[in-house]
Amino acid sequence: MQFWIIQGLNSLSLGGLLFLLSSGFSLIFGLMRLANLTHGAFFMLGTYFGATALRSWDGLNIWAAALGAGIAVAAIGGLFERLVLTRLKTNPLGQVLVTLGMSFIISDACLMLWGGDPIPVPTPQNLQSPTRVFGFVFPTYRLVLVGCAIGAGIVLYFLLERTRLGAMIRAGVDDRQMARAVGIPVSNLFTVVFCLGAGIAGAGGVLGGPILSAYPGLDADMLPLALIVVILGGIGSLLGAFIGSFIIGFIYTFGTALFPELAYVILFLPMIFVIAFRPQGLFGRVGA
Amino acid sequence: MKWIGAALLAASFLLPPFLAGDFYINLASQILIAAIFALSLNLLVGFGGMTSLGHASYLGVAAYISALLTSRYGLGHGTSAIVSITGTTAMAACFGVIALRATGLGFLMITLALSQVLWGLAYRMSNVTNGDNGIAGLTRPMPFGISLDSAASFYWFALVVATLAFLMMATFVSSSFGSSLKGVRDQPRRMAALGFNPWMIRWITFVYAGFWGGVSGLLYVYYNKYIHPTSLSTTGSAEALLGVIAGGSGTLGGPVVGAALVLLLKNYASAYIERWNMLLGVVFLFIVLVMPTGIVPGLSRLLTGLRRGSR
Repeated sequence: MQFWIIQGLNSLSLGGLLFLLSSGFSLIFGLMRLANLTHGAFFMLGTYFGATALRSWDGLNIWAAALGAGIAVAAIGGLFERLVLTRLKTNPLGQVLVTLGMSFIISDACLMLWGGDPIPVPTPQNLQSPTRVFGFVFPTYRLVLVGCAIGAGIVLYFLLERTRLGAMIRAGVDDRQMARAVGIPVSNLFTVVFCLGAGIAGAGGVLGGPILSAYPGLDADMLPLALIVVILGGIGSLLGAFIGSFIIGFIYTFGTALFPELAYVILFLPMIFVIAFRPQGLFGRVGA
Repeated sequence: MKWIGAALLAASFLLPPFLAGDFYINLASQILIAAIFALSLNLLVGFGGMTSLGHASYLGVAAYISALLTSRYGLGHGTSAIVSITGTTAMAACFGVIALRATGLGFLMITLALSQVLWGLAYRMSNVTNGDNGIAGLTRPMPFGISLDSAASFYWFALVVATLAFLMMATFVSSSFGSSLKGVRDQPRRMAALGFNPWMIRWITFVYAGFWGGVSGLLYVYYNKYIHPTSLSTTGSAEALLGVIAGGSGTLGGPVVGAALVLLLKNYASAYIERWNMLLGVVFLFIVLVMPTGIVPGLSRLLTGLRRGSR
């Protein structure tokens, strides 16, 4: 019983992390029709930034570190979008290749700057003590992480559904040309959304640090998970990313615990299932 | 003019074993292997309009199957080559059914995810694949009793396979099936309206490309006598894709030129700097931003322009 509950919680926290990663990916894809293969690298960059900040300044709050790393990664993402991606507006394949090239550059730069050894990220001190719920002992940090993901999901939902910016983004997703015609600055929206997506990934990287730690190859580990989540949930759908993240979180955690060698195979079973019966994903719209 | 070009081309492939030292002959063999791999990817990317980021799967899986069968189960090279090519082609058939549910970016993402799964498996199933240590101590086959252990003999072997591959893929794209493939790439709806089955055309091409990817994988493992999970990594797929796009996708000569360039760059760069991945990324940015149509189409446009100017 203890095993199932602890693994269940681990699944939830991994799902939360995956949501922080894949929501940005899904958002960028929805608006820009761009499969941003740099996303795993943004996540890893966030983890390294967070690890460095938390280890060099004692007593730095992890939330402040996540915010700072998120802003830094968002700035890098914004520069990349402005300087490179906008030049390739009419060339979607070129855009994907450029994001792939950028992910190689970032991951190699991380290897150069931080070396090949994993850098552990300390768990915040006030969250180190376990929490007791109904006689079960939970690691507090993982609970908080799930809360963070849900919080981020709610904020993103309100941002997209209840604000003017969100309305413009939705208009751009539905019909880019018409949105331009009625005076929505779609090109600027692209930059905003790209920064937002990159920033969430970067902040997610910091928050995931205490669980995953920063190591070379983190990007290559996370990117396929993000891809599987969005293929499963439906590309461009926030709800799809949310549900997909937790499904994959559960499958991956239990897969690793029960059949460690086959975890990767089990991971893509739901993907195949969804692609076979609902190619647009669980919550994706046809044509999106 | 055309004949001189053809003679020069033939000479550049036939002369290396007589003129150059072992290092350059080996480099030439590697170029041939990379060229077969890039040509097979080009069937998808250039002629089929299906950009795959998981092509290393076929190279890696064929290499792993052959390595496991010869080293662990003691099978002969002939049998293991047949099993590994058949297995790889069958895997391409399954992957094709999955990946071709989508087109465009969805297709790209699914191929990438599938290949990452295989890469993860190669690392983690260490009791089968020996994990990060890879499988070492493999041998080269001896077709008709001829040893391929010297650099020159392996080069001839690779050249024969590469020529065969080039001719067969050239026939494939210039056949009527190849025309319908290009039609499906450009106008899938019209092709469907004309009574073609776009899905089936794409799927057959996918399987055929997987077959030649497997062949290049066999050569790869024969050449290296060693196999490691990096042969399945995205970097491998990306290098081949870069070769295709840098050389010129949708042309027959382009991928060969591109693959050669990527390989030369990799060899020479790694002698001076350690950061091959970063360089690869920079070259990606450069090619896409500066030469989006590739070198071979660019050069041939330049040549026709010159010819017109000289007349």
